Amino acid sequence: MTNVYVAAIEAIGEAMIRNKEYLTDLDAAIGDADHGINMVRGFEAVRGKLGALPPEADLATVLKTVAMTLISTVGGASGPLYGTAFLRAAAVAQGKSAVDGATAVSLFMAAVNGIKERGKATRGEKTMLDALEPAYEAFAAGVGDNKPLPDCLELACAAAERGIEYTKTIVATKGRASYLGERSLGHQDPGATSSYILLKALNDFCRRRPAEEA
Amino acid sequence: MVGIVIVTHSPKTAEGICEMAVQMARPGQKIIPAGGTADRRIGTDAAKIGEAIAAADEGDGVVVMVDLGSAVLSAETALEFVDPELRARTAIADAPVVEGAISAVVQASLGGSLNEVLTTAESARNLRKK
Ligand SMILES: Nc1ncnc2c1ncn2[C@@H]1O[C@H](COP(=O)(O)OP(=O)(O)O)[C@@H](O)[C@H]1O
Ligand SMILES: [Mg+2]
Repeated sequence: MTNVYVAAIEAIGEAMIRNKEYLTDLDAAIGDADHGINMVRGFEAVRGKLGALPPEADLATVLKTVAMTLISTVGGASGPLYGTAFLRAAAVAQGKSAVDGATAVSLFMAAVNGIKERGKATRGEKTMLDALEPAYEAFAAGVGDNKPLPDCLELACAAAERGIEYTKTIVATKGRASYLGERSLGHQDPGATSSYILLKALNDFCRRRPAEEA
Repeated sequence: MVGIVIVTHSPKTAEGICEMAVQMARPGQKIIPAGGTADRRIGTDAAKIGEAIAAADEGDGVVVMVDLGSAVLSAETALEFVDPELRARTAIADAPVVEGAISAVVQASLGGSLNEVLTTAESARNLRKK
């Protein structure tokens, strides 16, 4: 039996690999041209670390492993940011053997709050939060309406996609792109894009494996 | 003496700043570079920073100097994983990294307290060049 949590993270890693150049090109326009490289380096290291876990590893262990690995291998701002997100989610997952709607909402919320706390950014500053926070809200609303979890993830993806479009219309005031000021306008944020890719990979994964939720 | 850690994206920048700062320091003053990633690429690494903080501490505390944004994120993340007592006596300076590092080292070598070293490092923001 493969570990479903490990498989879900691996699906995210594969999506990052497929989008490595795309993310790096986006970062070339308003940053230092490394976001895809950073994410792939991080998730490749994650794959190695997850491979060493016992097959029965629980969600908290998997999330914590992802967190610690991203924090120490990514190199860019996205490392401590995504790392903190996974770390906060791991704390929520502690002791949980299955993920129901309410748990999924608190995992997602803890992750987004972790990024806010670490990066001290709010929505509208042209960061990953412009995709993740609306995605969280759409997800939580779906769970509130008793929709099945894959449908809630679908809503989250759609919201994140709109968030990416929104980042084109605003000036960066956090992160490296803020050095560009007005010249960041018109470009979409690389981190918002990788957040969408992550959610989309999770969504596709859940659709391939009905009745299981990561 | 208060220890100093230098966090920059390029490992060479951190090492160079340490070389400069050592010239102003008393023998034994801890000034530890923590620049770049584990494999010496451009970037920052919370694990490396955490180790540097532990290595810089002699019991009097540590001031961490940082360059651009993500160095701050990595330094703050590193603090989450260091021993709580050490964390309580570690401070990240809101200061330009080169001027701040030199100011901090001078104050630390004079036997300044953690707070004095931090304040001196942060007042380097006001150093004029013209
Ligand atoms: N303070 C912050 N809060 C939230 N997200 C941030 C912050 N700083 C940067 N980001 C995100 O990180 C992305 C850049 O990641 P990456 O290129 O890997 O790191 P770096 O900017 O250090 O090169 C940005 O597109 C943005 O979404
Ligand atoms: Mg970058």
